[in-house]
Amino acid sequence: MKVSSWGNIENENHNCVFINSTRPDLSALDRPILAYGMGRSYGDVCLNPRSTLIRTESLDRYIDFDIESGILTLESGVLLRDIQKLMIPQGWILPVSPGSQIVTVGGAIANDVHGKNHHVNGSFCDHLTNLVIVRTEGDVLSCNRTENSGLFYATIGGLGLTGVIVEATLQLKKVVGPWLETETIPYYSLDEFFHLADMSESEWEYTVSWIDCFSPEGKGIFMRSNHTNKVKNDPHKKNTLFMPFTPPMSLVNKLTLKPFNKLYFWLNSVRRGKRLMFYEDFFYPLDHIQNWNRIYGIKGFYQYQIVIPRKDRKETISKILSEITRSKQGSFLAVLKTFGDKKASGLLSFPMPGVTLALDFPNLGITTLELFNQLDAIVGSAGGRVYAAKDCRMSKEMFRIGYPLIDEFESFRDPGISSALSRRLLGS
Amino acid sequence: MKKIVIIGATSSIAEHCARVWSRQEDVHFILVARNIQRLESIVGDLKVRNPKVKVDCCSVDFMDATAIQNLADSITKEGMINVLLVAHGVLPDQNEAVEKIWLIRESIEINAISPVLFAEAFAGHMISVNSGSIALIGSVAGDRGRKSNYVYGSAKGLVERYVQGLRHRFAGMDVDAIIIKPGPTNTPMTAHLTLEGQSLATVESVAEIVVRGIDQKQPYIYAPRKWAFIMFIIRHLPNWLFNKLDI
Repeated sequence: MKVSSWGNIENENHNCVFINSTRPDLSALDRPILAYGMGRSYGDVCLNPRSTLIRTESLDRYIDFDIESGILTLESGVLLRDIQKLMIPQGWILPVSPGSQIVTVGGAIANDVHGKNHHVNGSFCDHLTNLVIVRTEGDVLSCNRTENSGLFYATIGGLGLTGVIVEATLQLKKVVGPWLETETIPYYSLDEFFHLADMSESEWEYTVSWIDCFSPEGKGIFMRSNHTNKVKNDPHKKNTLFMPFTPPMSLVNKLTLKPFNKLYFWLNSVRRGKRLMFYEDFFYPLDHIQNWNRIYGIKGFYQYQIVIPRKDRKETISKILSEITRSKQGSFLAVLKTFGDKKASGLLSFPMPGVTLALDFPNLGITTLELFNQLDAIVGSAGGRVYAAKDCRMSKEMFRIGYPLIDEFESFRDPGISSALSRRLLGS
Repeated sequence: MKKIVIIGATSSIAEHCARVWSRQEDVHFILVARNIQRLESIVGDLKVRNPKVKVDCCSVDFMDATAIQNLADSITKEGMINVLLVAHGVLPDQNEAVEKIWLIRESIEINAISPVLFAEAFAGHMISVNSGSIALIGSVAGDRGRKSNYVYGSAKGLVERYVQGLRHRFAGMDVDAIIIKPGPTNTPMTAHLTLEGQSLATVESVAEIVVRGIDQKQPYIYAPRKWAFIMFIIRHLPNWLFNKLDI
């Protein structure tokens, strides 16, 4: 069966095996194997071409929930969307959720995902209190911060390489309701962005910004929000759009991009100010457009996400933006956000104190890859790292620069598990 | 509290129907399966989704008519039931079945005879209290025999004809007989179809349609609904044309 990840760069044959038990027998499967959830990773972390993919979508049962403490135990194939839908009306919410809620818990753990509230709540696995993994040699291991702790820290953000995650226990966060008090503020320079971001950290739980990647000065739209018990009178209506086909060429191109960015900036400048938003509209705006990844055409697209430390952050981001402007490549999906000081605990976790930039690029072949290499050089010399969950092209050297604990991680790997990413970056 | 008996409760469509019901209201489920251990995780899941649901589990030999009748008697002795959903089934490989004909017998036993026994075991009780709905999961494959799946389709066709008779018997009463005809749905039973790259309906969407249909007492439930239209055409194609199709 042909399987591709969200970026649609590769579309290779896989032998897919569906499991619907949390104690699957992995011994009879062709190795190497790899667990696969919703395939929302952009790069090749979830791919295992010409070998076995363990599809976890049927592992979608809850196991236990204590409404007093907010501790939820569930199978790894449950979608974050379903947790939010079930729990928010009961006064509990996922403390961290990424830009799409159509991802599995297992995927969120394997990539230690982050959200718009990193400065308050850190990353996803900071709220993970236990997980159960099945190793290919048959062991079923429960791990947490005290029991099998080495394996625990290797598995969170461990790119699915330490075993098949089958169960997880999460500490949810209390919430007053599904609505958010939001504020939209246009900014016209990176100085202004960093000022807004720093000022907002103490008062606002969620912050994020859209940046016009063709403005070297760093023009964009800053958004921040807090949970509120206010309720909008009109019931929330969900409009889902649908991208019905994959066009032969990217609809995001030189002709469309600049006008779109200008229009987007103008529209949001007009809408500046405060308003109430439903949590899905604020957290997961792109989930309202099914298959939006198809707009990039049959060649697919890359997402390039990096984090750089606080030191020299403005100069580094400015250099990156200048390089992108010069290359005339880019997209309207560009996100700039500061991370808080909380250090992520996984051996290969992505977040670090500093600032993160995420950009989509239509796949233009070698010219796009060359641009990434130039950007890597800037990121590497600034002491930053590339997000492996979104990558399918960084070099081994760049991976090593960004993730110094690789050697420690390797000792916890499951020898029967491998992915396109691990073969590319770790050699097996 | 609404009382719902689900036969073959470990089947994916049945499990998702239970989730939809548990979301809508506080329900008393009686889940029946061949293997009671496989129900444990389903019970735990339903109780998280709605802590107020009540769930009882039982197991029975699905081919033993006496045991099935005894089970139905003991369940109905506890009081009236609102819905009986008979959901179990196995999708045999058509090519394999025509080579090994004992597989045809197994398929017809588990896909047709067993569901009919369960429905009949509860029907008398529903008539005596003049209340309740009996819903059986058939299939679009039962609408017209086709070379690609007539072993399965013939069993599902029998189920439909049985439900038709039941409905005739229930006429003028407050008891309903419902046939559910899912199209190809993404469940463990059809995993091999997904592997062939067919795009199947999600089991969540099918369960939503099934539950709504049962609640509204629709006699025929196609899920997704487009299959009502597709199968109308398939049923009415003249033989000379139908026989040319590779379906």
